Amino acid sequence: MNTITVQVSRGSEKHSEFQTFEVPEQENQTVLDLVTYIQEYIDPTLSYRFACRVGMCGSCGMMVNGEPRWTCRTHVKKVLGSSKTIEVGPLKNLPVIKDLVVDMDTFFDKWIAVGGVHHPSKNRHQSIEKISELSAERMSANEAVECINCGVCYASCDVVSANSDYFGPAALNRAWSLVNDVKTKNKDSILEAVSGNAGCHNCHSQQNCSNYCPNELNPSASIASLKRTVFASKINNLFGNSK
Amino acid sequence: MISYSLAPHRRNLLWSAFLIHRLSGLCLALFLPLHFWVLSRALHDPAALEGFLKWTDLWYVKLGEYLLVFLLGAHFFGGLRLMAFEALPWSNRQKTFAALAFALSFISATLFLFSAVQYG
Ligand code: SF4
Ligand code: SF4
Ligand code: FES
Repeated sequence: MNTITVQVSRGSEKHSEFQTFEVPEQENQTVLDLVTYIQEYIDPTLSYRFACRVGMCGSCGMMVNGEPRWTCRTHVKKVLGSSKTIEVGPLKNLPVIKDLVVDMDTFFDKWIAVGGVHHPSKNRHQSIEKISELSAERMSANEAVECINCGVCYASCDVVSANSDYFGPAALNRAWSLVNDVKTKNKDSILEAVSGNAGCHNCHSQQNCSNYCPNELNPSASIASLKRTVFASKINNLFGNSK
Repeated sequence: MISYSLAPHRRNLLWSAFLIHRLSGLCLALFLPLHFWVLSRALHDPAALEGFLKWTDLWYVKLGEYLLVFLLGAHFFGGLRLMAFEALPWSNRQKTFAALAFALSFISATLFLFSAVQYG
């Protein structure tokens, strides 16, 4: 039987090294299948995360041959070179807990920091706000709302690597969807949060995030739109002709 | 292991555009004080300026100037691209714009070189 050589990063934030496993090759196989095989049949102490296996939950992000990917929907054939070797590691830019499992706390803390918690514009006794699918606001957030929080974009962003405070593409993408949500009260507080030191102006528009997002979202466009909106709102506030 | 500079996520045209913009900006920031200092010789030491201008006729200095004009073009057109990126509605043609900025800086630098060779 043909095998694939899988090099898996083992260890913690302090020390890790690659361990090599041979996994039987299948006609159809994802990178997550390789890792699962290792854990089930070779070394049960291997730690990794997954849940849905169909690209819905966003928990299976890993570095595959140095690139961040959702492993449950990354076919081995797509990433296997002629050397028949695949390198699997934990997502970049997040602290490693063990083996392939990273601590996503900072990632989600940043979602809160950009104002990502729902700020309702109505209370429970009022009827819910209707959103027209065709309204300009909804259309401009159409993509952004599809995020599955996988952290792939965050792992691909060089600005996050250089400045660990930077909110990163996913949180800012979330902020953009909220700025366009008629159910959000006090949008200015979101614009204020995203224009701080850790905010959207750190982005260098390299668009790694948009290249790697497995859902084909465009966080880079969301960030550019945030910059534009922040600018317009500052000008508006300066000349006081709004509201 | 894959080396740092060749990390796969950096094999991306727009990442290179970022790098060129940053490096050209740094080079220009270093060059400008020198440029103004040389110009100031016209007031303080015209003979030295004459000598310097002769030196710029050498072919390798011309090539250096070619590079400078290219950097200036790259920073100028790349900067326009970034301003458009941030100020105008989103367009999916970012890579085309980056390639265009590169082409325009190349053309301006080459035109400069031709005129420098022709008119001295
Ligand atoms: S476009 Fe901005 S957020 Fe996206 S990877 Fe680049 S620097 Fe990071
Ligand atoms: S924007 Fe894309 S890559 Fe980033 S967390 Fe959301 S789904 Fe994942
Ligand atoms: S396991 Fe849920 S997205 Fe991959």
